Amino acid sequence: MADAIEINGLTKVFDGLVAVDHVSINIAEGELFGLLGPNGAGKTTLIKMLATLLMPTSGTAKVSRYDVTKDPDKVRRCIGIIFQDPSLDNRLTGKENLDFHARMYGMDGELRKERMSEVLDLVELKDKANVLVENYSGGMKRRLEIARGLMHHPEVLFLDEPTLGLDPQTRRHIWEYIRNLNKKEDITIILTTHYIEEADYLCDRVAIIDYGKIVALDAPKNLKYSIGVDIISLEISNSADNFVAMLGKLKWIKKMKEHDGFLDLSVKNGETRIPELMNIAQKAGVVVQSVSLRKPTLEDVFLHYVGKTIREEETSVKDQVRERMRRRWHN
Amino acid sequence: MAQLINLEAIYVMWLREMKRFFRAKSRIAGSLAMPFFFLAFLGTGFMNVRFSGMPPGVNYIDFLAPGVIGMILLFASLTAGISVLWDREFGFLKEIMVTPVSRVSIVLGRILGGVSTALIQGILILLISLGMGSKIVGIFGVLSSLVFMVLISAGFVGLGIAIASRMKDIHGFSLIMNFVIMPIFLLSGALFPLEGLPTWLIALAYIDPLTYGVDGLRGCLIGISHFNLLVDFLVLLCFCIVMVGIGAYLFEKTEVD
Ligand SMILES: Nc1ncnc2c1ncn2[C@@H]1O[C@H](COP(=O)(O)OP(=O)(O)OP(=O)(O)O)[C@@H](O)[C@H]1O
Ligand SMILES: [Mg+2]
Repeated sequence: MADAIEINGLTKVFDGLVAVDHVSINIAEGELFGLLGPNGAGKTTLIKMLATLLMPTSGTAKVSRYDVTKDPDKVRRCIGIIFQDPSLDNRLTGKENLDFHARMYGMDGELRKERMSEVLDLVELKDKANVLVENYSGGMKRRLEIARGLMHHPEVLFLDEPTLGLDPQTRRHIWEYIRNLNKKEDITIILTTHYIEEADYLCDRVAIIDYGKIVALDAPKNLKYSIGVDIISLEISNSADNFVAMLGKLKWIKKMKEHDGFLDLSVKNGETRIPELMNIAQKAGVVVQSVSLRKPTLEDVFLHYVGKTIREEETSVKDQVRERMRRRWHN
Repeated sequence: MAQLINLEAIYVMWLREMKRFFRAKSRIAGSLAMPFFFLAFLGTGFMNVRFSGMPPGVNYIDFLAPGVIGMILLFASLTAGISVLWDREFGFLKEIMVTPVSRVSIVLGRILGGVSTALIQGILILLISLGMGSKIVGIFGVLSSLVFMVLISAGFVGLGIAIASRMKDIHGFSLIMNFVIMPIFLLSGALFPLEGLPTWLIALAYIDPLTYGVDGLRGCLIGISHFNLLVDFLVLLCFCIVMVGIGAYLFEKTEVD
């Protein structure tokens, strides 16, 4: 199958800051591809270059076989995008926002009405369709943006944090719809996300991006397999400094992470190491309340490659601040 | 090549401007207030003052009305052009720029919308000034003044788009208000005849496009103008074409982040 997207050494520098650093990826037609990375990793910048909104500093990218810098008009005709940041006209109603979009994409009257009603149903905004967007809640605005992005069934669809800040139930709906679009309508989808389970559940392949570089790229299953270790999680009640120091000397512990009273250890053949760990705990005078052994999740893969866990609060706080800034300017 | 002139897109861009305009009732009232006060207070206050260079037999209010119409057109159309900046701030610009519509059509739609809203305000001020007793030479004058109103508005919408395309955020907004709009307005001869000014100011006034706009409006509405009306028309036409061209060019180049 042909590639829907070919990225070659794509780089974007903002006054000295390398936001995207020589990224090369090929994404096949019909693939559901995920970009996973912490705040400021360069996901949005990468997507904006692919969507022709930002000019690359160097490197090339082709979307649907068209070069994003040489043939931006043709690229635009093949793509759709749901932006991370607000992108609605607050002085128009929900319906008018959708109508604007549909007409800009040259959808004729019949199709326009049909799709509008379809996507409004999907995001459950039918009864608010004629209300001005400035009176929508944050979640409603997000849902409207998703509805809008799904309206014109492009060849390639970019979703920049599509479900950020939505309640779990709506998120599930959106996931199913995204899946359907991808499988039934054959739309190639590239999504960025902070939700590990979203990437895990939806994506055929996931690229982990950190400081503008791709640090890992594979199917979620293979990624988990690639770090090749088990995770032993110890629940510890008292102070563990001494214990941690003792474990730190052991070669067979690949990685150690303390979080909310738990100590996560990455080790090979986890089953065989538990007794030894119990001994050390006893010597260190640490009370272990529970032990669990699990196969790595995508979260662990992320931790392995990026060295920290994805923190969702960070983004939501940032987004709230941004939203507030916008409101303040709104007279 | 995307279809250069996309009528549907131009229409929907225009429609959006109109909807936003008519929904912002308080803003319309606000923008009409200043020209109204100019007419009411300057018009009566300077009723009996003779400016040097004032054509004989012309009341100040008659002289002032076309100037104030020029003023509202300037304000309204620059604001409409600069609204690109607000779209950038609220993120809607991304939505517009990522569509497969040619930049030319987007700019044309914006200009059409900006000209329409400016024209509505210009006509309202014309009606108000008539209500306040300013006289006009006849219906043909009114109709030809509309041509000038369109040219003035289109040119300044273009200028607004050009400025907004070069700006990253709204922080420079008041700078533009003070360093672009006010000089253009005050130098245009909207409030007083240019004849009395020192030469260097007259030179500046002559490169101010609004000078020809206000003069053209005066020629149409009260039948007295400084330049030949054809000169006014041609200068404005050039201004308009150049500005729309520059506006479209810079808008084409703008990045959205
Ligand atoms: N217009 C800009 N000017 C200067 N720096 C920018 C600009 N846009 C992004 N950056 C910087 O580039 C880096 C990558 O930003 P980007 O928005 O692509 O990250 P991201 O992975 O989408 O993050 P998030 O998860 O928070 O959305 C950040 O350090 C950001 O500060
Ligand atoms: Mg982002």
